[in-house]
Amino acid sequence: MLRVEQLSAYYGLFQALFEVDLRVDEGECMALIGANGAGKSTLLRSLVGAVKVSADSVQFDGEAVGGASERKQLKRGITLVPEGRRLFPSLSVRENIELAQRHGRPGRWDTELLFQELPALAEVQNRPATALSGGQQQLVAISRALVTNPRLLLCDEVSLGLSPYAVDEVYRLLNMARQDGMSVVLVEQNVQRALAEADRFYCVQKGRVVLDGVAAEADHHAVANAYFGV
Amino acid sequence: MLSLLETLINGLLLGALYALFGIGLSLSLGVMRMINIAHGDLIVLGAYLSSVIVLNTDLDPLSSLLIVIPMMFVIGWLLQKLLFNRVMGRDPLSPLLLTFGLSIVIQNLLQELFSADTRSLPAGDLALQGIELGGVNIGVLPLISAGISVLAFLFVAHLINRSPIGSAVRAVADDQETARLVGVNDRRLFAYMAGFVLVTVAVASVLYGMRTPFSPTAGPERLIYSFEAVVLGGLGNLWGTFFGGLIIGVAQLLGARIDTGLGPFFGHLVFLVVLIARPEGLFKAGRA
Repeated sequence: MLRVEQLSAYYGLFQALFEVDLRVDEGECMALIGANGAGKSTLLRSLVGAVKVSADSVQFDGEAVGGASERKQLKRGITLVPEGRRLFPSLSVRENIELAQRHGRPGRWDTELLFQELPALAEVQNRPATALSGGQQQLVAISRALVTNPRLLLCDEVSLGLSPYAVDEVYRLLNMARQDGMSVVLVEQNVQRALAEADRFYCVQKGRVVLDGVAAEADHHAVANAYFGV
Repeated sequence: MLSLLETLINGLLLGALYALFGIGLSLSLGVMRMINIAHGDLIVLGAYLSSVIVLNTDLDPLSSLLIVIPMMFVIGWLLQKLLFNRVMGRDPLSPLLLTFGLSIVIQNLLQELFSADTRSLPAGDLALQGIELGGVNIGVLPLISAGISVLAFLFVAHLINRSPIGSAVRAVADDQETARLVGVNDRRLFAYMAGFVLVTVAVASVLYGMRTPFSPTAGPERLIYSFEAVVLGGLGNLWGTFFGGLIIGVAQLLGARIDTGLGPFFGHLVFLVVLIARPEGLFKAGRA
């Protein structure tokens, strides 16, 4: 479904990614593992069009889509849950989700379905989004992505700073999306969790893919080495 | 005592017009993070457009708005599409320089087309009519202007806080990058916003032209009053702009009681004092 070939990304003169190759299959959950600054977020941002890359380097259903705008990628079905949630403080919980729904793709996921699945959010739907607890905010951020009905959902550090209970809630929601056949890419600090949730994994180090494999067969020693770069 | 009350009321009515000048500036600052130096010149441009229509048709200034409003919307839309969008999101200096240049272009264009002579829009009987309330004389025209200003603020507040477009606008104001991630077309939104800003400018310009004579170089003074209203009320606070305008209006007319020539000076003085005491403005930043 998604094929990344020879992807290089730059911030001005600084090169953040070096000829990255990877793929995500239909319905698959892929984990991206790497230390801070390895280039994981840049990779996700390149896929949604927030960082401009060459057209051929990102192929979605065989079509070269690299460098297209965020709106075009959203219409194709690629949506990012950004690191740090990035909810709109001036908008209520409901407005945050409805705004995304209006600009997304039609499909099963909509605001009402999410409020039905997450009654705790329904209760606070008219509060400013950033007045909620971290865990609830993360659920809003994921909901905001789900209502665009993506085919490929990119999650950047969705469990960072959350309580264990909140992390479970976040993954319960993601697994509901996966049961619908949505493909998911996880960027996760918690390597154990990432490997437990994912089908396959890639380790990124200093902008390069240094290790990849099937999550269930991952050699934790090798992953740790790839992570720390020893 | 009664004359003081009259000055106060007239100051509020004048201030409501200044607030209407500021509403567009408040929106471009609050949402697009852009200072439009040509804002005052666009107000004067609107007044000249109305003047041309009034001279060439049987429309009066207020009905000329039927033509001026769509024209100004298109001008705003085009300015944003062709010029402003090219410099937005870089550094704050680029839009500043660009609109400074635009201000000079508009002033010279008006001078070239209409000469440096002052003009005014014929207000007819409205200019002379007044009502007396308990010994206080209030002009009908200022009253109508203030009424329109209040309606404009209510409409914009509703648009920003309650409508789907408003939530997109607030999202962009909060975090433009993330707004793009959820599919908001920020550049198209900005073009419509700029068009809408010039609609408020069109209304303000006609009311202004009916009240005060204007000339091609009157723009910068309008810009300063608008800017003072916006900053006094607190950046990004719509109703703050409204009350900021009222304060400037009252200060000017109270000042003019002391010396007729010192009205604007007292407006600036109040602005300066507030800026020193509360640099963030009188009201905290609220919704758009």
